[in-house]
Amino acid sequence: MNSTAVKPVFDIAEIRAQFPILKELVHGKPLVYFDNAATSQKPRRVIKAESSYYATINANVHRGVHTLSTKATEAQEAARETIRKHINAKHAHEVIFTSGTTASLNLAAFSLGQLLLKKGDEVLISGMEHHANIVPWQLACERHGAVLKVIPVTDSGELEIRRSDDQMIRQFTERTKIFAISHVSNTLGTINPIKGLIAEARKRGIITVVDGAQAIAHLNVDVQDLGCDLYAFSGHKAYGPTGTGVLYGREELLERMPPWQGGGEMIDVVTFEKTTFAKLPFKFEAGTPHIAGIIGLGEAIRWMEDYDKAAMAAHEHLLLEHATKELLTIDGLRIIGTAKEKVGVISFVIEGVHHYDLGTLLDQQGIAVRTGHHCTQPLMDRFGVSGTTRASFACFNTVEEIDSMIAATKKAVKMLR
Amino acid sequence: MTTSPSLYQAQQELVDEFAMFTDWQDRYEHLIELGKDLPLIAPEHKVDDNLVRGCQSRVWLAAEPKEDLVHFTADSDAMITKGIVALLVRVYNDRTPQEILGASTEFIDRIGLREHLSPNRANGLSAMLDQMKRYAVAFSATTGKG
Repeated sequence: MNSTAVKPVFDIAEIRAQFPILKELVHGKPLVYFDNAATSQKPRRVIKAESSYYATINANVHRGVHTLSTKATEAQEAARETIRKHINAKHAHEVIFTSGTTASLNLAAFSLGQLLLKKGDEVLISGMEHHANIVPWQLACERHGAVLKVIPVTDSGELEIRRSDDQMIRQFTERTKIFAISHVSNTLGTINPIKGLIAEARKRGIITVVDGAQAIAHLNVDVQDLGCDLYAFSGHKAYGPTGTGVLYGREELLERMPPWQGGGEMIDVVTFEKTTFAKLPFKFEAGTPHIAGIIGLGEAIRWMEDYDKAAMAAHEHLLLEHATKELLTIDGLRIIGTAKEKVGVISFVIEGVHHYDLGTLLDQQGIAVRTGHHCTQPLMDRFGVSGTTRASFACFNTVEEIDSMIAATKKAVKMLR
Repeated sequence: MTTSPSLYQAQQELVDEFAMFTDWQDRYEHLIELGKDLPLIAPEHKVDDNLVRGCQSRVWLAAEPKEDLVHFTADSDAMITKGIVALLVRVYNDRTPQEILGASTEFIDRIGLREHLSPNRANGLSAMLDQMKRYAVAFSATTGKG
């Protein structure tokens, strides 16, 4: 990684001490937070970075000639550079700040739709996408008369692709203009082999968009190595503040893409007859950005870079393996999503137990999990379930917490059967 | 015109019933029991039209006029939700529309189930109450006694 002082040993107690929220009690019990795929908790450094912006340099960016505006601008642009380095983008202006992955994907779908889609063209997504990587494309297809196509998902929760043929994805056709795919499934935890898929798409001249919301906190993301055109992620799932996100885009493509939202900051010259737009990245950043959040996001990335990413990933993998093994000891429990390559996300259903009941009874025991369809209703239909219970881990979680969840689940099942 | 006990008394009874339990497990076990005791909804009422929107579990809530009163029947595929809807049915069933519309829900808090009162979209209590009140409004409009 880019940091000069990577901490060699993964010290879980040291990490936990940095998350103030982990000292909270829920219903009088110590909080066990297993909803990191929805939003991760924040280390003190991030909270401090955000609040000290308000306390010391709060001003609007890129506008004022006064000192505070200069400082705020420098802090925001330093965050952009931190993110550029972290994802290995070529240029800082390829990093566009948004309010989150959803906004990033809406920007992508609106703008690429305008640029590329004509009647009869196709947009290809997969059956495991989050609604945020489905609905914006549906809207774009409706606007331009294009068709949305879907790569099916296998029983293990992997993309149905051919491994060795020269066409891994059968659904690519002459009319495919855009391929939008999640790096990691939020519901199943599956890590998709996107590098190969992107390469195949590029050979065919198809523009590739990656939903990286669930990847950024857990995997090394190198956008040049992946070769994608656009890569979207949220700050708040990567230990950063809510309301922050990024859309990375290849410079050449971003230059061609029309703006999504109009307003201040994104213009060059405005007359009532015609407006010319600002340079990248500001063309896509209309209005006052979430400056405090962006500064916090920069700090979150620097915080992650202080750790050995491989050690962090190994710890999360250990949690996944332990949870998988222990959950399967519960009678009637079925894990939805058994791909070989997974991050620390486990969705499961238990025969005769409704996920809502289980989530409620786990909460009574201080354990926070997500229940429901996880904004992936087509995927729920694919597996024939109305919803699941999902535990999703972060670097600060422990094996002991998983044992608490298992004991609490067993207690709940007993009450419900 | 109202049946006995009054709506307020029915609420108070539930509060007293739950006051016997000191820990969450007993409270929830009782709630689940109440759900199990909820009379079966007629099959013709267990239809999509009677689904309460805004619940993570499926909740069917039907209402029929019974003279001047509103008669509720309900069901759910989740046990805790069924317990919650059973609480509401016990309090609001066979009341006049005016009583239903005028009632407070603070007894839920007093029962120790405050978390179900939050406007969180995942828990459907407020959606159930809204639907009960919509039925009450509709019935009072048709009977002209609103």
